[in-house]
Amino acid sequence: MTALVLAEHDNQRLRPSTLSVVAAAGRLGGDVHVLVAGGNCAEVARQASQVAGVAKVLVADAPHLADGLAECVSEQVAALAGNYSHVLAAATSFGKDVLPRAAARHDCALVSDIITIESPDTFARTIYAGNAIATVRCSEPIKFATVRPTAFDAAATQGGSAPIEAVAVVPDPGLSRFVSRESAKLDRPELQGAKIVISGGRGLGSAENFKLLAQVADRLNAALGASRAAVDAGYAPNDWQVGQTGKIVAPQLYMAVGISGAIQHLAGMKDSKVIVAINKDPEAPIFQIADYGLVADLFEALPQLLKELG
Amino acid sequence: MKILVAVKRVVDFNVKVRVKSDGSGVDIANVKMSMNPFDEIAVEEAVRLREAGVATEIIVVSCGVAQCQETLRTALAMGADRAILVQTDDELQPLAVAKLLKAIVDREKPQLIILGKQAIDDDSNQTGQMLAALSGLGQATFASKLAIADGQAQVTREVDGGLLTISVKLPAVVTTDLRLNEPRYVTLPNIMKAKKKPLETVTPKDLGVDVRARLQTLRTVEPSQRKAGIRVPDVATLVQKLRNEAKVIS
Repeated sequence: MTALVLAEHDNQRLRPSTLSVVAAAGRLGGDVHVLVAGGNCAEVARQASQVAGVAKVLVADAPHLADGLAECVSEQVAALAGNYSHVLAAATSFGKDVLPRAAARHDCALVSDIITIESPDTFARTIYAGNAIATVRCSEPIKFATVRPTAFDAAATQGGSAPIEAVAVVPDPGLSRFVSRESAKLDRPELQGAKIVISGGRGLGSAENFKLLAQVADRLNAALGASRAAVDAGYAPNDWQVGQTGKIVAPQLYMAVGISGAIQHLAGMKDSKVIVAINKDPEAPIFQIADYGLVADLFEALPQLLKELG
Repeated sequence: MKILVAVKRVVDFNVKVRVKSDGSGVDIANVKMSMNPFDEIAVEEAVRLREAGVATEIIVVSCGVAQCQETLRTALAMGADRAILVQTDDELQPLAVAKLLKAIVDREKPQLIILGKQAIDDDSNQTGQMLAALSGLGQATFASKLAIADGQAQVTREVDGGLLTISVKLPAVVTTDLRLNEPRYVTLPNIMKAKKKPLETVTPKDLGVDVRARLQTLRTVEPSQRKAGIRVPDVATLVQKLRNEAKVIS
């Protein structure tokens, strides 16, 4: 039994979510191989070979793989999947985009966003915006699954010394091409794996006001998040959205500021260790799951918070 | 240009579902059902493309129980031209739905196929991608912007790091994300008109598709419930508790 983990990277650095998938793969009991598909990605392959628990790194290096296009990467995965009992990827926008294609090419089901591995063929996943947990058995000849990164502690980045092997590159099917990318440069932790997250809702009222939140985030070295309402209103960019269909986070501390606590938002943060809610509406649903609730006007509370934090 | 849109009938997004205590599943008897919100966005996008003169016909399809007709009628009321119901009482999982849709795609040969990115009941986020792979087509998932020109779809996608724009050859599968558009409300005159639009019913057997469920749900349980904690009177107390009690900040 051997598992293949599809690495996520930017051709320079292996992304932390991959480390959680390697850890999950390790729980299956067999060897773990990592596939690095990219363009000029030798450095990523090197990093992958040093991850604890990795037995082998496979590299497919070609220009048409450099941008992570689903049609290209999935064909690469599909070409190799027949050699494995399990094929895993992180349940990130990349993993979710790519892995279902590979599964379909093998006429196999895919188990999405698993949070527990009960046995090599039995997994738990959330449904109905996290209001129910389903345990499913997969009897497919190849078990394809995407893994929720916050559900598995990352494998160590050092300790492994896996051999790196080049694999035959599957040619570009020529169905799509990369046009452009817009990503903000971050001077703060990334939302996905941050220890502290401060999220703002529609109550912030403007993108300008999110800067107040940013000051608190800076002081706590926290990541910034947002509710769907705030993103829809243009106060925050889409990649800050926490929720059922945005990012699912589980930090040590989650502060929800001006967020009412809709079911869909809760789905994205209710596994946080400590939840703080600041809202001027004492009936806001968020208070039902907050460990510490402060009924206050956020425009008064935030400056006070900055002062108290020192 | 013909557009095919797939819609799913799901538990309404406002409903907080109850998990049955015997572990057999979620109680959806007598619960309000609606069109999956992402699929509403898909229908809306198709209708806007038709209003812009880019599309000539919109076919909407749904797979499932007979009541999916209601969901299809809503799509017709939003502006789709005709509907296809693939009727079955069997549990349908994403791979099976993708195969049913492929059979419809093979039949109808649309230039553009639009699906919601995920259904809010199952939260799988697979069907569009699987359909594209089975059909040998390109895909553009989590679309927040869509422009059609010269046989290509230029799509801006919402991804973890921000926004990514790709160009995909038509025919292609696009899955919608929240900010692609804001769906229109269905007006009463359009609901009346929709009753006269064609709605065809077929079965998986008619389409030659085996919809056997591949994943077996062993049990369904409630997640551990968080209880409300305490209210703090002021910021100073909050910070003190976070520092000394919860110990999550320094």
